[in-house]
Amino acid sequence: MIRFDNVAKSFRKSRVLDAIHLEIGVAERVALIGSNGAGKTTLIRCLLGEYAFEGRVTINGRDPRQERTAVLGSIGFVPQLPPPLKMPVAQLIDFSAALCGTDPATIHALAGRLGLDLEPILSRPFVKLSGGMKQKLLIAIALGREARLLIMDEPAANLDPEARKIFFELLAERQDDTTMLISSHRLNEVSALVNRVIEMDMGKVVLDDRVADDVSLSGQFACRIAIKRNEAAFAKAMQAWNFRDLGDGMEWEGEVPGPDRLRFMGMTSRYVALISNYSLEESANGRSQ
Amino acid sequence: MKQLWLTAKLDIVESLRARWFQVYSLVFGGIVALLFLFGLTESRVLGFIGLSRLLVTYIQLTMAILPIFVLITTVRSVAGDREAGVYEYLLSLPVSLAAWFWGKILGRYLVIFLPVFAAMLLAVVIALVRGIEVPWGMFGYYTALLAVMAACFLGIGMLISALARSTDMAQGAAFVVWLTLLLFLDLILLGVMIQGKVSPEVAVTMALANPLQVFRTAALALFDPQLIVLGPSAYVILDLFGATGYKVFALVYPTVVGALAAVVGYQVFKRGDLP
Repeated sequence: MIRFDNVAKSFRKSRVLDAIHLEIGVAERVALIGSNGAGKTTLIRCLLGEYAFEGRVTINGRDPRQERTAVLGSIGFVPQLPPPLKMPVAQLIDFSAALCGTDPATIHALAGRLGLDLEPILSRPFVKLSGGMKQKLLIAIALGREARLLIMDEPAANLDPEARKIFFELLAERQDDTTMLISSHRLNEVSALVNRVIEMDMGKVVLDDRVADDVSLSGQFACRIAIKRNEAAFAKAMQAWNFRDLGDGMEWEGEVPGPDRLRFMGMTSRYVALISNYSLEESANGRSQ
Repeated sequence: MKQLWLTAKLDIVESLRARWFQVYSLVFGGIVALLFLFGLTESRVLGFIGLSRLLVTYIQLTMAILPIFVLITTVRSVAGDREAGVYEYLLSLPVSLAAWFWGKILGRYLVIFLPVFAAMLLAVVIALVRGIEVPWGMFGYYTALLAVMAACFLGIGMLISALARSTDMAQGAAFVVWLTLLLFLDLILLGVMIQGKVSPEVAVTMALANPLQVFRTAALALFDPQLIVLGPSAYVILDLFGATGYKVFALVYPTVVGALAAVVGYQVFKRGDLP
């Protein structure tokens, strides 16, 4: 599917990518991790044919730079920072749908599934939307076409828990025939989404590892947490994850999406001194953690 | 072709929402309104009166403002969009680089030229309403001259945007280009001639290579066919081209300069880093 052959990129005297060799197969879900300046964004831009570089990148044997329209037509891209576009939401949808040969109604439907009602905001400039709305719209545009490769840079960073859950479901619907490259600063943000981890540092691949993906992208965990005393901050955090209060804020119950469980546990770890009971049970096969 | 129109439309919508466009339209509409307000149609210069007088003044003012306006707004928005990440996202969509670059030029050209043209049309409409005679020949040639001037500086602006890696650098370069063209207007060339360091032919050739000077001379030629105000340079120009020949040259040469700059800009753009 994707092949990097001895890819190198320099900006003036600074070598940002150095002799990258990689092969990524169909339906692989890859986490591209590394600190700032590791070369993740540069690698993605080379893959999108946006940078001139040494070496060769091919997607299904085609050069994304030389055969832009053919290659990019099958790629869905979600950037880390939404572009400051002044155009109205409706025009952005129509523009991308027209270029990708898709129906804007598909993008509308996907945005709706992510909890973004497009009708009231169609005439609003994209740049004036909130961070979460922008992210949902960009995801809907990326997934609203026949993409065989999804490239996403911190895609769920601005999403609320409910939208994250739907987002994971949307990815699950495509996981059998779509290759995914998900970039993030931290592994725990994306680890549950992927079956391969590529870590970059100083422009080189320093780790390339397959990981177990026992939990499906659409898996759910039933969670119940009891605490020793009522705490407003904890209650607020639980409500943000759509948990139900079972009595005076002392006991909480809810569902955690499988791919989000690490993130959830990371959040609850802040209240570890407060927690008296904690159960997390996978809904599908009943396995507990 | 579909991609080109989509990109052009995108650029038009983005520009219409930008503050620079509102200021730009206001400036040119404002100039015409002010010229009428101050009664320029009633005043007389070199025998010109009525709408001709107003158009002469309008084009002189436009020549002072349009080039720097086009250069700065083009490099600011093109280089600014690239810096802000707009290119990273929009160029991840399946649009060819040719459609993107030329579509952007087309959209921007319409946005730049239409307010200037609309201001001229406004002048004509007001003249017709007031019963002032409209010099259609002059109106047509000045319109063509403005269209060519916009194309010329848009091409140069796109070249600078393709070469510069940051908005600051692009703005600085655009300003230097404009200043250089301004410095080589005929007054300085005449000064050089007076000192006798270059031959008149070389000085006039340099003047004719400067699009700003070409426009200025062509605008002057309409109400001063002998180019008396240019002094000795006029002999060289009129001997070389003739009055009609120079009018044609003033339309063709800047178009070629703008087109060449745009073509070089496109080559730089498609071979380099896009975002």
